[in-house]
Amino acid sequence: MNLPATDIRTAPAEKAPKRQRHIAEEFRGKFYVYFCVLLMIVIIFSIVYFIASRGLAPFIANGVSVKEMLFGLKWNPEGDPAAFGALPFLFGSFATSLLAAVIAAPLGFCASVFMTEIMPKFGKTLLQPAIELLAGIPSVVYGFVGLSVIVPFLRDTFPGQGIGILAGALVLSVMILPTITTIATDALRSLPSGLKEGSYALGATRWQTISRIILPTTLPSLLTGVVLGIARAFGEALAVQMVIGNAPHIPHSLFESATTLTSIITLEMGNTTSGSLHNNALWSLALILLLMTFVFVFVVRVLERRVKR
Amino acid sequence: MGKGKPVEMKKSFVMLLTLVFALALAACGNNSSNGSDNASSASPSASESSSASPSDSAGGEKLSGNVLAVGSTALQPLAQAVADKFMAEDQYKGISVQVQPGGSGTGLSQVSDGQANIGNSDIFAEEKLDADKAKELVDHKVAVVAMAAVANKAVGVDNLTKQQLVDIFTGKITNWKDVGGADQKIVIVNRPASSGTRATFEKYALGTKTEDLQGSIQEDSSGTVKKLVKETPGAIGYLALSYLDDSITALKYDGVEPTADNVKTNKYPVWAYEHMYTKGEPTPEVKAFLDYILSDAVQSGVVVEQGFVPVSEMQVERDAAGNVTNK
Amino acid sequence: MRAKTVDRIATSVIIGVAVLIMAVLAALLGFLLVRGVRHIDFHFLTSFPQAIKTGGGIGPQLFNSLFLLVLTMIITIPLGLGAGIYMSEYAKQNRLTDFIRLVVEVLSSFPSIVVGLFGLLVIVNTFNLGYSLLSGALALTVFNLPMMVRLTEQSLRAVPREQKEAGLALGMSKWKTITSVMLPVALPSIVTGSILAAGRVFGEAAALLFTAGMSSPRLDFTDWNPLHPTSPLNPLRPAETLAVHIWKINSEGLAPDAPEIAAGASAVLVIMVLLFNLGARWFGRVLYRKLTASK
Repeated sequence: MNLPATDIRTAPAEKAPKRQRHIAEEFRGKFYVYFCVLLMIVIIFSIVYFIASRGLAPFIANGVSVKEMLFGLKWNPEGDPAAFGALPFLFGSFATSLLAAVIAAPLGFCASVFMTEIMPKFGKTLLQPAIELLAGIPSVVYGFVGLSVIVPFLRDTFPGQGIGILAGALVLSVMILPTITTIATDALRSLPSGLKEGSYALGATRWQTISRIILPTTLPSLLTGVVLGIARAFGEALAVQMVIGNAPHIPHSLFESATTLTSIITLEMGNTTSGSLHNNALWSLALILLLMTFVFVFVVRVLERRVKR
Repeated sequence: MGKGKPVEMKKSFVMLLTLVFALALAACGNNSSNGSDNASSASPSASESSSASPSDSAGGEKLSGNVLAVGSTALQPLAQAVADKFMAEDQYKGISVQVQPGGSGTGLSQVSDGQANIGNSDIFAEEKLDADKAKELVDHKVAVVAMAAVANKAVGVDNLTKQQLVDIFTGKITNWKDVGGADQKIVIVNRPASSGTRATFEKYALGTKTEDLQGSIQEDSSGTVKKLVKETPGAIGYLALSYLDDSITALKYDGVEPTADNVKTNKYPVWAYEHMYTKGEPTPEVKAFLDYILSDAVQSGVVVEQGFVPVSEMQVERDAAGNVTNK
Repeated sequence: MRAKTVDRIATSVIIGVAVLIMAVLAALLGFLLVRGVRHIDFHFLTSFPQAIKTGGGIGPQLFNSLFLLVLTMIITIPLGLGAGIYMSEYAKQNRLTDFIRLVVEVLSSFPSIVVGLFGLLVIVNTFNLGYSLLSGALALTVFNLPMMVRLTEQSLRAVPREQKEAGLALGMSKWKTITSVMLPVALPSIVTGSILAAGRVFGEAAALLFTAGMSSPRLDFTDWNPLHPTSPLNPLRPAETLAVHIWKINSEGLAPDAPEIAAGASAVLVIMVLLFNLGARWFGRVLYRKLTASK
């Protein structure tokens, strides 16, 4: 922000010795880039600080126990006695995002193998843009399609109401497919070609080369993609909320109404007054989401370190 | 690289930054004028709004300023429609009314903290806010919303008694054949526990708080509830009267049809006020808007059009505790 | 022989999956476009939405989406370029740099709802910007900034070393070399990337519910003074974007033609994203050709 001001001030110094101008220029530039980086650090710390300041309040001021929040089964913040068991939400979040990864990961791997090993040209001109387009479709649109297509389909095909963990996971799996595929494709492309050629030269078939050479060598990168996909699924809010049903219970089947951390937050945040215990408990859930982000980033880092080795 | 290019780049860079800076300044400037609203003093002198009304120079005491109403999603369409009409009226040209949905809770906290001039709410402030905070707020009841239990068309039931409803929503009855309908499992489409609509339904239709049942669906928005009830076999839910149509069955309550006329006499008891709260007495421009909403033209016009019951036509009155008195 | 059979089966499975993905995309686009496109006409794109009557449009929402995009970019690009330049040119190999890299990574993987809540708490309430375009743009900056930083860093790193050294050898300062030699070379990929990132801004809804708000004032499209409350250009007015509008009519729509409007708006949104994708590629190619020709 200070750049324009300093710029005007140094403008008359045009005739000053070249070196001095360089130093001023360099100083301004450095000042600016340091400012940008500092701003980013400030943003992240303020996010963590503000969310924690609200999210920790129920534990500190109201004596809600962390254990109850993480392992309690009953969520009824306005009941008497109030209950703050968030396990059903945690379960729902993990179940939907892991199931989505289980569906999307094999598809993503196949797609990336197709693009790199089987039909690179077709893959590059058609499949890759198609998958990038999937990434660009907004999540509300996915929710809309999920509610109008997937839910009725599941309701007619399986017992139950159609909504539930499977509906959520199906919607999410399409959403995270691009993440998994893109990273897997990058990893496969960056594989030294000698490795593959050696395998083919030894008389291995394409599948043998893929399954015994390519997949094992690129496994950490593939997993990175999967973890990033799970992270995205974990934090996705609106699309899931539209198709999951939102009952605060651990469901008995994949076709029974369940809920996630994000959907309970979007559902209840507007209905509670800021500062109330109920509202703060929702901030605690947001804090859990935040902490999970750190966990996911950590896992990705560990995996990346293995790639480098 | 030509020599002109870098210079151009730099120039545009600087211009960008200046723009950002200008925006930030504009933000601060506007902000302070908003701030004066918060201190519950009128801000008729807010420069941007008075200059927005060049045509009304003839009038003697024209009001001007910004009114921000935040809150209930159920009240938002009505408030927005009234605001549009209000701003189109010649004498109120200088007032800009903005309506934001965001939930009753958000509305109450924002008006209580002074960020909004009006807090829209489906329920009494006493039920959500701390007593001392609720005391500072002044209630303006602008309309009455009635709710009907609705069911999927195929369940074969069009009337439920209070006891039957309670049994369904507490999970004692799980099949429509037990209330005289088809042999079909009941699917409950409820609202989240914090919802004002649910609070009203539980208080006046069920008379008891209910727990969330395993397998029940919870949706906060009327549109989704309607869609699910329409499409899911055996579904039951509840909706404001404005959402009722032929695609779902509106259930009678103890034999009483959910109509505006039955609501006015409290014969049909499942209704609630739509509130617009102000912090302290309203400022002149807020008052002008509230008076406008309560005027006969609006009450018998837009309010009825949108499926609400005019508050002026209610023959009974009800307080926060639920005690009903005849007017 | 057995290995060959397995190979053939595996190959056909993989091709089958590729076909499946194409089919899913085609079905998805087909569903959205077939249902939506017939509602799109000039009137739909330009008129105001209707609360309870049929015939509402998405004019203000479309404008809001585009304007929010521009605002976000105005904030993000200078900051992202700055931080990206730092990461690629000024950062030393040390703990601090590692830490900053971690910050970028974490920032880019925050769930949008968390950022939205942060925006509500800090930007909307504490800074008292209210539900406004500016609040929304600031919240979106939180997502876009790390993307921009990474993009700038990668693009700058891809600049041939000789060009940088040539600049320095000419006696330019480091900063001057970066801004006048390296940035122009890196520009095509930065532009392509940021247009793609812009697509994400266009579709974002969860964070905007809490920051930019869910309704627009009655915009007066003849009033272009950014200080007037009903002027489309006022950055401090609440604004409902297209994605938020879809969410709203899906959940609360009272208009009899709400499903059609939702379908139409979804189609418009998808078409916009398509245009962004194609536009980014085209623009990047044009820029690249221009730059390589001028060499």
